[in-house]
Amino acid sequence: MNLATKDIRHNLGRFSLTALGIGLLLMVVMGMGGIYRGLVQEATLIVDRIGADLWVVQKNTRGPFAELSRIPRDLADRALVVPGVETSYGFISYTIQRSYKGKPLRLTIQGLDWPADSGLWLPISAGRSLGQAHYELVADNSSALKVGDKLALGKDVFTIVGLTKNLTSPSGDSMAFMTLTDAQAVQFDFSPESIRIERTARVNRLFNIELGQIQPQLSEKAGGLNSGIPALGTSMISVVLVTVKSGWNPAAVAKQIEAWPDVSVYTEDGQKQLLLKGFVDRSRKQLGLFRVLLIIVSAVIMALILYTLTLDKLHDIAMLKLIGARNSVILGLIMQQALLLGSIGFCIAYLLGQWIFPFFPRRVVLINSDLYMLAVIVLVISILASLLGIYRAMRADPGEVLS
Amino acid sequence: MNQSHDNLALQAVGLTKIYGSGHTEVIAVRDVAVEVCKGEIVALLGPSGAGKTTLLTLLGLIRPPNTGQISIDGILVFNNHQAQVDIRRFRRQKFGFVFQKANLIPFLTAVENVRLAMEIDDQPVRTSRRRAMELLEYLGVAERAQNLPSMLSGGEQQRVAVARALANRPSLILADEPTAALDSVRGRQVMELFRKVAHEQNAGVIVVTHDHRALDVFDRTLEMEDGILRQQQKGN
Repeated sequence: MNLATKDIRHNLGRFSLTALGIGLLLMVVMGMGGIYRGLVQEATLIVDRIGADLWVVQKNTRGPFAELSRIPRDLADRALVVPGVETSYGFISYTIQRSYKGKPLRLTIQGLDWPADSGLWLPISAGRSLGQAHYELVADNSSALKVGDKLALGKDVFTIVGLTKNLTSPSGDSMAFMTLTDAQAVQFDFSPESIRIERTARVNRLFNIELGQIQPQLSEKAGGLNSGIPALGTSMISVVLVTVKSGWNPAAVAKQIEAWPDVSVYTEDGQKQLLLKGFVDRSRKQLGLFRVLLIIVSAVIMALILYTLTLDKLHDIAMLKLIGARNSVILGLIMQQALLLGSIGFCIAYLLGQWIFPFFPRRVVLINSDLYMLAVIVLVISILASLLGIYRAMRADPGEVLS
Repeated sequence: MNQSHDNLALQAVGLTKIYGSGHTEVIAVRDVAVEVCKGEIVALLGPSGAGKTTLLTLLGLIRPPNTGQISIDGILVFNNHQAQVDIRRFRRQKFGFVFQKANLIPFLTAVENVRLAMEIDDQPVRTSRRRAMELLEYLGVAERAQNLPSMLSGGEQQRVAVARALANRPSLILADEPTAALDSVRGRQVMELFRKVAHEQNAGVIVVTHDHRALDVFDRTLEMEDGILRQQQKGN
């Protein structure tokens, strides 16, 4: 006869509510772990998806996600002639915030080197990838944009031609993909007034130096288009993505490119480590501490609940002792209830989590190894939590039955 | 008092129990000697505070005496305050307890309450089920076997408690005011039940009671006052 289950069946309502409470608490613990895993996944998602072997960025920077990197677009052509390089694309990444249908819309724009890269590698869940050089945009479903929606960015209107599923930046913003040229146009979009002011300022700066005084006809150039002034170079990109030919060692190719004095090179794994150690590490520690605190809180609450349940049964425990029940019978009664409470709480946490976590604004990822570890922790805190009740039960005096 | 040792369910000699020390010292039981034979039912009378319940805790091996010896079924159990056997196992196998309140485990049915006493003594489930039903039938509450204690009347609960006390075929049944919560008719029925149990199950029964109306049921009455067992007389 199992006393623990008999008692639970008799007090099913109270036990169920208690298990639900424990379950909700454990769901928060589970969620914290899931949020951390989500952060890691979000941080490394784009690096994984792009799948480049090498990331060539501005010298001594850790771009493009960890910090700003600016390199000339023609660097992609330079990289392409390095022995062992298969492909070399320019790429740009930055975050914008606009208002769309009266609500703030944050997008991390990724510029793809059209036509070589039209985003065929994107996980398209609706619509298609980029099909033309301009005015098309593939957005993520988390942005609430729909296929066919129009979005004004800079001086142009972009049509949403495709949707990806769960592609977010390390900071949790929805990703949006357009051609590199469009991305640069949006990034370096200035109002006509600011262009006029800059052109006037350039002319004034020209006349302040000797060159302007001896060649005044240069003022016409200085007050004209940027592209007409050789000193002003082309628009910058964030990174050059390099894939290495089969059979070549990416580290060896990286070493060749790194010999250039104007760039730094990271392997795919190096780029991921930059993101994880820089961006995610603090969040990991913060969430880790919260998890530890929540586990302690869960253990204390479980201990108090089990202690109260034991106090309620103290007279019955005294009676059991009086009629000669071994300590193991009493210990089993409390310990089994603690383990059942923990196990049921864990199951409730898992099931509720599966239902609720998808509605969270940031990704919550439950992985098996985390779940197994939490299950072991719940097992341990269940046992620890029952000790207080067991201690009280062991001290119960069988003579209490007579009083 | 002088009985054959083979026929003695209980023999206690020189029992003393002292609570506290110094100024707060209370001698609850003072140099008590008592013997109860198998098949004998004995009433333990006395005013409140006389030491009846304390004596019962000593005889029931719930608390150790300061001095004195207790033997059950001819086996020395306590020599002064030193236990000579595994006390809990001994209580499990040799004793049956009945109290003013039935003290049934509230989350077990009547039959499970009776089975519990046997299963904590490692008796097979099949055996415990059969004997529990036999005992409930013997005590006239078999039809309430599957009911929880909260669904039973006071008298029915007390019968189930008696069945539980009898479950392991005890040598000695100790009852502490078992009829206090019952009306006179049901109280008498329970007392007669104890007499029946003592005689038919060959167990020694000690009943602490204030109820003088049912003294004719007992083979013998003992009276306590100020911790001393003052007189012992034959019942009617």
